[in-house]
Amino acid sequence: MLIVEELNVFYGGIHALKEVSFQVKEGEIMTLIGANGAGKTTTLKAISGLIRGRSGSIRYNGEDIASMPAHQIVRKGLSQVPEGRRVFADMSVAENLTLGAYHRKEAISIKSDLEWVYQLFPRLAERQQQMAGTLSGGEQQMLAIGRGLMSHPKLLLLDEPSMGLAPLLVKEIFEIIREINSTGVTILLVEQNAHMALSVADTAYVMETGRVVLSGRAAEVAANAQVRAAYLGA
Amino acid sequence: MKGGMVRGRSLSPASSRIAAWIAGALAVLCLALVNVGVYTYRIDFYFTGILVVVMINIILAVSLNLINGFTGQFSLGHAGFMAVGAYASALLTIYMEWPFPVVLIGAGIISALIGFLIGLPTLRLRGDYLAIATLGFGEIVRVVILNLKITGGPRGLGGIAPKTTFFIAEIVAILTVIIFSNIVKSSHGRAFVAIREDEIAAEAMGIDTTKYKVLAFSIGAAFAGIAGALFAHHQMFIDPRSFTFTRSIEILVMVVLGGLGSISGSIVAATVLTILPEALRGIAQYRMIAYALLLIGLMLIRPQGLFGTKEIGDLFRLGQRQGNEGRRAQADGGEGQ
Repeated sequence: MLIVEELNVFYGGIHALKEVSFQVKEGEIMTLIGANGAGKTTTLKAISGLIRGRSGSIRYNGEDIASMPAHQIVRKGLSQVPEGRRVFADMSVAENLTLGAYHRKEAISIKSDLEWVYQLFPRLAERQQQMAGTLSGGEQQMLAIGRGLMSHPKLLLLDEPSMGLAPLLVKEIFEIIREINSTGVTILLVEQNAHMALSVADTAYVMETGRVVLSGRAAEVAANAQVRAAYLGA
Repeated sequence: MKGGMVRGRSLSPASSRIAAWIAGALAVLCLALVNVGVYTYRIDFYFTGILVVVMINIILAVSLNLINGFTGQFSLGHAGFMAVGAYASALLTIYMEWPFPVVLIGAGIISALIGFLIGLPTLRLRGDYLAIATLGFGEIVRVVILNLKITGGPRGLGGIAPKTTFFIAEIVAILTVIIFSNIVKSSHGRAFVAIREDEIAAEAMGIDTTKYKVLAFSIGAAFAGIAGALFAHHQMFIDPRSFTFTRSIEILVMVVLGGLGSISGSIVAATVLTILPEALRGIAQYRMIAYALLLIGLMLIRPQGLFGTKEIGDLFRLGQRQGNEGRRAQADGGEGQ
């Protein structure tokens, strides 16, 4: 579904992504794990068009999207839930969700997606008119994911959904991620919490200082001695 | 939030709509009284002239609010667009002798075009950098006018027919408010506000942020140009000194004081800040000090401006929102954050 080949990204003189290649297959949860500064977020930003790679290709369903502007990529069914949630603080929960469906015209399917999001996150349904900035961290993460779903994506890019959340809430969020995946949405999950990420993912890629250093089925990656030592604390 | 709970008295949507309606009715009543005053000559010519300036300033403040308040792009070049509109309209009147409404529209179109051309490269900049770039634009406009022959250079341009009556200024101001209220309420309006709230998130939502920033800039510029045209045909004489950097700051103060993101706020602030220096004439040489102290005091007490991001109608809905927060504080038990 998504094939990234030999992607190179620079921030000024800094070589942030070095020949990064990976693929996401339709229907799976793929996770990209690695330490701080490994290039995970940069990879996601390059895919969703928020930054440009210098070389390499990003193909989505056979189409090269590497030089496409972000707002057109969203239209293709690729939606990013950015790191740190980035909800629109001075807007209500309902307005945030409406903006998620910004580029869509069909009122009926928008409404059914909205109902689905409220079903996934009953707490958002209770707080429809509340300002997003006054939600708790967990609720804001739910809202960010819900907003991402409102664009009716085929591929959902999640950037650090567990960041700054209590362990119990992290578990809840990951269960919902699995539930979203079970409805046929392919998921690319970037996480520092390798343990949780590997437990829900089908395949995994490990990144280190801008390179992919290891890949395979999530269970295999989780069993790898190096990964266990470096990321799983075992 | 505890305070919110105590005050949390919810109003039903119907009653808040009635409240908004009453606020609107009061505004219409005020305007009607002013009109009666003007047409029965109970308000003298001098004060009618100030009222025309009030209308012009309302147009300037509301249009700058779309750029600075709603879209969150800090522009300091509004006087530049006003100058473009003023000179373009004066030249159209003097040399082409077009009817005034056509001249107004022409001034708007020319300013919008310039806004578009300036916006395209500069809106890549953010925050302070954009402010400096737009400041530079305003100065360039002034210097160009200062050095052109057709604009009369530093001697200014005189003999402009006095076509801006109170009636015309008032109609254009009302139209401006209606147009901007509708823009802000539309789905485009949500895109503008989303850009202000978080540009990256807005882009991730599929909003073409460059397009909307340039759009806000061009629409804002168009109405600044129209305001400039009204100004030129009210003063009958314009020179580059009318469009300095100070002028941009004056408009900015109205927007910030009224509330970034509130059209009602801009209207109230533009009205008060235009009339206030006149009202303070009693204390003669101290009036500018009093004016400055008032600005400082207000910013200390209400840094978000008189209205914040709310409109007059919303103010009555405040109780409801606080009620929600109160409920949330109650329901939010023991969850990790």
